[in-house]
Formats: sequence, C-alpha cells, structure tokens
Amino acid sequence: MKRIYVNEKWCLGCHLCEYYCAFANSGKSSMVKALKDHKIAPRIRIEERDNISFAVNCRHCTDPLCVKGCISGALSIVDGAVQIDSDKCVGCYTCILSCPYGALSTSNEGAIQKCELCAKNAFGQPMCVQGCPNKAIVYEER
Amino acid sequence: MAIDFLYPQYEVVRNYDRCIACRACERQCANEVHFYDPEFQKMMVDESKCVNCHRCVSLCPTRALKIVKTDHTFKENANWTGKAISEVYRQAGSGGVLLSSMGNPEPYPIYWDKILINASQVTNPSIDPLREPMETRTFLGKKPGKIERDENGNLIPNLSPQLELKVPVMFSAMSYGSISYNAHASLARAAVELGTYYNTGEGGLHQDFYQYGPHTIVQVASGRFGVHKDYLEAGAAIEIKMGQGAKPGIGGHLPGHKVGPDISKTRMIPEGTDAISPAPHHDIYSIEDLRQLVFSLKEATEYKKPVMVKIAAVHNVAAIASGVARSGADVICIDGYRGGTGAAPTRIRDNVGIPIELALAAVDQRLRDEGIRDQVSVVVGGSIRNSADLLKAIALGADACYIATSALLALGCHLCRSCQTGKCNWGIATQRPELVKRLNPDIGSQRLVNLVTAWDHELKEMMGGMGINSIEALRGNRLMLRGIGLTDRELNILGIKHAGE
Amino acid sequence: MNYVIIGNGTAAVGTIEGIRAVDRDGAITVISDEIYPVYGRPLISYLLLGKTTEDKMLHYRPADFYEKNGVKTMLGRTVTKIDHAAKNVLLEGGETVPYDKLCICTGSRPFVPPMEGLDTVQNKTSFMTLDDAKRLNNMLGETSDKRVLIVGAGLIGLKCAEGICHRAKELTVIDLAPRILPNVLTEVPAAIIQRHLEGKGVRFILGDSVARFDGNTATLQSGATLGFDVLVVAVGVRPNTELAADAGCEVNRGILINNCSATTVPDIYAAGDCTVSHDISADTDRILAILPNAYLQGETAGRNMAGGKASFDKAIPMNASGFLGLHMITAGSYDGEQYLEQDGENYKLLVTRDNHLVGFILIGDVDRAGIYTSLIRERTPLDTIDFDLIREKPQLMAFSRAERAKQLGGAH
Repeated sequence: MKRIYVNEKWCLGCHLCEYYCAFANSGKSSMVKALKDHKIAPRIRIEERDNISFAVNCRHCTDPLCVKGCISGALSIVDGAVQIDSDKCVGCYTCILSCPYGALSTSNEGAIQKCELCAKNAFGQPMCVQGCPNKAIVYEER
Repeated sequence: MAIDFLYPQYEVVRNYDRCIACRACERQCANEVHFYDPEFQKMMVDESKCVNCHRCVSLCPTRALKIVKTDHTFKENANWTGKAISEVYRQAGSGGVLLSSMGNPEPYPIYWDKILINASQVTNPSIDPLREPMETRTFLGKKPGKIERDENGNLIPNLSPQLELKVPVMFSAMSYGSISYNAHASLARAAVELGTYYNTGEGGLHQDFYQYGPHTIVQVASGRFGVHKDYLEAGAAIEIKMGQGAKPGIGGHLPGHKVGPDISKTRMIPEGTDAISPAPHHDIYSIEDLRQLVFSLKEATEYKKPVMVKIAAVHNVAAIASGVARSGADVICIDGYRGGTGAAPTRIRDNVGIPIELALAAVDQRLRDEGIRDQVSVVVGGSIRNSADLLKAIALGADACYIATSALLALGCHLCRSCQTGKCNWGIATQRPELVKRLNPDIGSQRLVNLVTAWDHELKEMMGGMGINSIEALRGNRLMLRGIGLTDRELNILGIKHAGE
Repeated sequence: MNYVIIGNGTAAVGTIEGIRAVDRDGAITVISDEIYPVYGRPLISYLLLGKTTEDKMLHYRPADFYEKNGVKTMLGRTVTKIDHAAKNVLLEGGETVPYDKLCICTGSRPFVPPMEGLDTVQNKTSFMTLDDAKRLNNMLGETSDKRVLIVGAGLIGLKCAEGICHRAKELTVIDLAPRILPNVLTEVPAAIIQRHLEGKGVRFILGDSVARFDGNTATLQSGATLGFDVLVVAVGVRPNTELAADAGCEVNRGILINNCSATTVPDIYAAGDCTVSHDISADTDRILAILPNAYLQGETAGRNMAGGKASFDKAIPMNASGFLGLHMITAGSYDGEQYLEQDGENYKLLVTRDNHLVGFILIGDVDRAGIYTSLIRERTPLDTIDFDLIREKPQLMAFSRAERAKQLGGAH
C-alpha cells in the first residue's frame, strides 16, 4: 500500500505541509478562504529543533494500536489506511494514549482527527506531499 | 547612527488579502527580510535585506508576494546613473573592492542574438528528427591527421584518448565550496544520466563523488587544491584552468568561513583557512611551461585521459589558443566574459574580457589557418542560454559547449547575484547546512536532465530544418549562420555573411 | 477447526479477528448471555452524556461483522459448564456446543458489597452494561429532578457521574478512600479532577461510606444522612472466572494465562477482564480491566488458537478519560523517581525507574501522550534517547536520527 514517508534529511521546516493539510481538509475552495485569519489544526505536524525538522503524521500501521484500543470502533482500517469515523468517535482519547507516534490529535469538534491520506477530501491525494517543496514527504509503496 | 546613503533596491509587495501568515517566507529567507509581528498579527518586512532571490515568492502558497524594483529614484542623469551613484556611496562607506557574482550583467552586445540560423527550402530536403536518425553525439580530443597501417595493411590504432558526449553540452567548472554538496551531487548525477560530464572546478573531488568519476572532469588550477593521484585518476579527463571568463587575470578566493570540515578535507587545506588561488600558475610563464604541466598530467595518468586547458576569452585569444593547441592539450576550453562566478570584483567582471562569440570565431579560424584545428577540440562557455546559442556556437566552430549559469538556473538559481554572501536561499551557492538541504539532488538532477534533454530535442529540430543530421556536419558550418544588424568588421570576425547575402 | 468463544465483548472481537488473520475457514461460534452485538462497554457513560447513541454504540464493528467473518452467534444464551475432556460447552437448557479451541472472554461483573438495607432501595443499578445504562436512563426520567447517589469514586463511578451530571438535580459521589480515582491517580491530580468536577456541580463525600440504606435515605458511617432518588453502585468489578475454574483452569483473582493467552488447560484460552495480566511497568501480576488490553489478549489468543504464533507481553495499566472537558491520560506504575510539572489544571507526572519510564499522569494537556506510553511499553532505555527533551513534551525529536528514520520511513 502507498503510504506517506518522511525523510528529515530534506525537510526544510517550512511548515507548508501543515498548511496544505489544513486547507485540504477544510472543505474550502481556496487556501486563502480556508486559512486566512485561522489558527490551523493540521493532521501533519512538524517537529523542529536547531536545524533538524521533520513532519509527523499517521503511519497507517499494519498493526495499529489506535484501532485495536478504540472503545467506540470509530477507528478502522479501510483498504490499508487507518480511518476515523468522527460520528462514532466519543473523544475518549484512548488513541492518543496508544499511538507511539503522537499522530492523532484533538479537534474542535470533539472527535479526534488524524491523517486519512486525503482519501475523504476533494483532493484524493495527500496534499502535504503535493505541497512539500523538497520531496521530504513522499507518497509511495515501500 | 551614520547616515545611510543607500535606499533599498527592492520592495516586497505583500497582498494582505491573500497572506495567511503561514510564515513560510520568514522561515525560508536566510536574509531575514520577513518577520511576523505578533502585535499586529501580520507579516512585516525589512526590504533593505532583500536580494530579490524569489525564494519567498516561489514558496508562498497563496501567491501573496512579489518583489518589485523600487521606483525611488535619483535625479535623472544618463551619465551618473543610480547604479553608478550607489556604487560610489558603497565604496565611500566601506573603502572596499566591490564584489559581485554570476556573469557580467552589463548591456554589452549579445552576438548570439544578432545571428540567425538557416533552414532548407526546396533544393535540399530538411530532415525530420522524429523519423530519421539524427546524431548529437560528439567526441572531444585530438583527431589523428592520417590513417596509419602496418606492413600487413592492418590499422595502427593512433587515436588519442577521447571523451564521448551523448549531447554536445557539459556542465562547466564550479568548485565544491563555491557551490554546495547537493549542487554537485545534482550535476554529477545528471551528467551520468545524460551521458556527459560535469567539472569539479578547483575545489577537489568529494569522496562521495568518486563513484561518478567516469562522468567527471577533474580540474587542476593555480591553487592546486585537492589535486592528488587518486583525484587525477578518478576523472574521465583533466582540465588545467588558466583563466575564467568572469575574472580573467585574477585568481580566486574562497573565504575561510566557507571552509568547513568537508571542504577542508576535499581541498586538502586546514579548516577555516582562506583558499586563495593565485592569479597565475606559479610554474607557468610560457606555452613551454604549460606543455610541461600538460605532459606531467598525461604522464601521471598513463596517457589514458584527455587533458583540457581552459582559458578566458581575452583580446589575443586566438594566438593564445594556437599556443595551447601546440602545448599538447587535447581540448581547449574558452570562457567568455559573461561566464559566471561565485565571487569576483565587480569592475573586473564587468569590464575585462571579450564576448565568447567573437573569441570562438577567431580561435576556430586561427586554428584552421594554421592547420592545427584537428589537433584539439574546442569547447566554449560563458553564457550559453539556450539550444539556439548552442547550435550557433557549434556552427561557429565549437565541438561542444559548457553550461553553468543555465544549469544553476535549472537548480533554482534566480540570478540574484549574491553568491558571495554565502546565504543562497536556493541551497546552491552556500555551505550552510540548513540552506544546502534545500536542494534535494533527486529534484535537482532531474531538472538538469530535463533541461539538457529539451535542448537536445530542440537542437535536433533545428539541425533537421537545416538538412543536417550530425554534429560533425554542423561544426564550423558558418554558411548556416547570418548576421543581423552587425558591422562589416563584426561579420568579418565572426566569419559569417549578413542576412540577405 | 471449530472455535468457540464465550462472551461477546472486545476480547471476543480481538479473538475473532485474531483467528481470521490466520484461518479464514474454521467455524467460529460466539456465545453470550447479552442479547446485543458487541459494543464498547466504556461507551455507556457517553451514551448518557449524549455523545453517542445506542445505534452507533452497537456498531463497534460494522453490521455485517459476524457474517463477514463467518461467526455464528448464540446471543442471550448462558454457558453453564465447560467439559474440557469432552471438549464441549454446556448451555443452559442442556444444549452442548463442541469445540476444538475455546476462548473464555467472560469479562467481569459488578461487585456489590453487602450493604445493610440495600434491598430497600427501589431505584438502584450497577453501571457496567448497556442494560444498566438504559435502566439508569429510565430511572432518571426526563425531568432532571432526581437526586443521584453514586457509591464509588473509581473510573466507573466518575464516568457515570460525568454522563448524568447534567440530568440530575443533585449528584453525590461517595467513596471510602480519601481521594477520587484511588487506583488510577495520586493525590494531587485526583484533587485537580475533583475540583473540576465539583465546579460542574458534583458533590464528593470521601473517606466515608454508607452504613445502611433505608429506602431513599443513606446513613453514613460518619452518622450523616443523605437522601437520594437513584442509587448507582460502582464499587468495583470481579472477574467472571467460575467457568474456567470449574473446567480446571488455574485461577486466582482472575484466570491465569501466559503470553500466548493460553490457560493452564490445553486448548482453552482466555482474554480480557476475566484474566490476570502481567503488568510490565510494575513487574507484577494483576487484573488489567481495560479495553485495549482485552483486544490485544483476544487477538493473541485468536492467532494462537488458529495455529499462528503470537505473543502479548506488553500489558500495562493505562487509561484515557475525560471528565466534562478535563482530560486525563495515565499509564504504568508510579513507583520510582518522579518528575513533576503543574500549571493550573495542567499536570504532568513522569515516573522513571532503572533507566526506564515506568509511568505517567497527564491532566489537561495530553497531546501525543502515546509517545510516553510507547516508552513504557517498549521498555526503551532512557539513555538511548534525549530524556530532557522528551520530558518537556512527547516528541520524536528525542530519538536518534536512525531510530526516527525507522519510525517515519518504514511501514509498521
């Protein structure tokens, strides 16, 4: 299955992945409309320190602790990707407790949010990958 | 605070209706032009630091930025231009030599743009390169004057070592130091994929790049940095650098702050020391001296590699080239006055040397006149901007061209001409790790391959139009060129007729 | 192969999915005394809170889960005996179901201590099952005028309190322990949660207990009396171990299983709240009645039952809970060297021992807590990471570049 992989060697810490993610999942038609005067809550997040930076998002584990520990069944594997049914999610944060990558986060809507590889939004292809200027984030089979 | 006589050259225009304050511009500007003001919750700028490299413009996800030339002006004066005045202010302030980089930007004539290419009509058919064979492969090196056979009539192999180029374009010398590790990696990988060569410049060869040796030209320059036996043996050819088009007659200077551990190792000099290439080679004061170095290098590499000699295009370039041809060199490389540099005194860059078009025509003619044209190949560089320049150069007599500025543009360079600051936002002319990583060679090498492949397609199209199907048949074929708007004298030097003749 | 699973909770689902990861064909039978398809038991408080519905709850797995996995369900049926010699289970009513491999996922049941006069209380319930939640819902009615007394300030009692706080006129939680969540939290964080809940109108009586009930009045040990309309007994739970013990499985407080989720009787496995786990954070055996644990034990059981190889040896106590907007995540044990940060309702306790993180408590800011959990579970030696950095906040930056390349550059 194609997954998003991150190579910190090429990460510039520009944070554009976060903005493309927030835009892609906003449902808005332009980045300006989606993000102007907004504090973004992206599903991919940059860690940075000194001159090291890298993006972290859901690894879409084949053996995902978040799915196994989900109390509501909101997290499931669909075609290899870990997806969240935010309608079912009750916001207990057991997944946040479980995920070794810290890849799930809270959202303003109460349910948790996570990278779903842009499969559910209008773009269909991971926008963080498209938006990365230096191929530090790639979407490929490994 | 002293009076600042200088007004910033550029203005950063931000469309606040579009700016989402993602701060990519701020994070990507090594010159610290952009900053976020938490009080105003707005991005702000200090345009005095802007070098107009377009990094912020290119990365802005909402296209909220553009850089414009300031319309702030001095009182109009055709003689004392704003530039002339500002340069006086700068020198009056600093007391220093003005430094610049990349090629001569002054509005001298560009002869490429005054030369037109012929095409077939009716009497000689043109060739469709998509349907018929078209050869842009070429070989550099001394060509034997005659065929020799032994007593049994078998050929005696008397061909000197040759460089095979799948396309008649090579990447010219840029040292590791003047450009980054990733820029070198991009050039090396592209050269391999394209079946051509890149050139180490005078900075030695990084251990990681020995693997690309068969596509590497290793340079020996006046500072002899990084030159040792393995280095000479690693390359496909050896180039002796006598001069550089951007700064003929002077040496080079890599400031100590750019000499980090890797460069120190590659150049074989202590970390943090200035790397000074002397103006002359201290062991070369004549063609005979040059010949000694040429043959020393051939001896060191068992006569298996072509030796190239690179000179800057200066007034008596034809005579110098003749001497070089007689020194035993296999290839003469001529660098025109628009050739780039990582740093040069502005006055020298902008006022010394001659155009490559005229130099090439003069050299080719002189070597033909002396009957020694086959003894050497001629490679020219110094602002080959596109495939038309390339074709015209070959028709004027070049065997192949060197490109460097075009290659750097392909890698992202925006010709801001600030290489000497070492803060290249595109990761090319810098050694700062956080900037170097901005150039991912996976992307860079692909863009170089794209560029040269595109040129090769265009070259074939134009050759086909002329009814020519090989570089051999194009080389020195000045009948295929016509001048436009040139004086008789210029036409005479170029060895071409005027359009309409 | 004929697989039988007793129980239909999360452990059972883990078992089914574990079996099916190895064996697509063998027959699976699930027998449960509950009539519902599987649901996440912790959801019952969220049901009362209105964050989920019964319908959504009952879709813990998709509607076609049993069918798609070839599972025959026998719901509303009670197993009375396991005959391990004959390899079958006996149901109430005399029917027998044969098995080749059996998994006991019987979970636990509420523990109701003997309390004088409890039988005189009319509106009372435990808080464990969907039926309990429905019963409580009915007792509360639509009028928000009921006084509710919850006995027990553990997780179940407090989640119940969260769920019904907005629907009760008065809500009192009483516990004999001197602090709330005595098994999960230490004193300071317990007080933070307590204050938060008090701010939302919950009243706590701690260090006291009910001496006797008399209809709708509770008389406390301290002598005080307390009127109520609805009583919730949430004192604790006891594992359902009787069937296993009767079948010859070794049982102490819960059913003993090894890393493969096998009991001491051949071909009988067990998983979930009815078992004893080995808590690697404290290196002790204890009952870890938590949902992720149940799933992982079940999955391990399933894979092994189907002839695969699986081992689960990373059990630790852990909990993620919210209490009316204040979140808490805890894991591991608190015995060791403590590192503490506190700022208002934000509380962070990290506990290390012998070069390992063994436990933590986070209240308020729980962002990326799983990175801490993973350090405990994977027993990551702290001298291989930048612990000062990870102490500030959970982050992958604290790992070596090589380790990160593995984490972010490979498939897991």
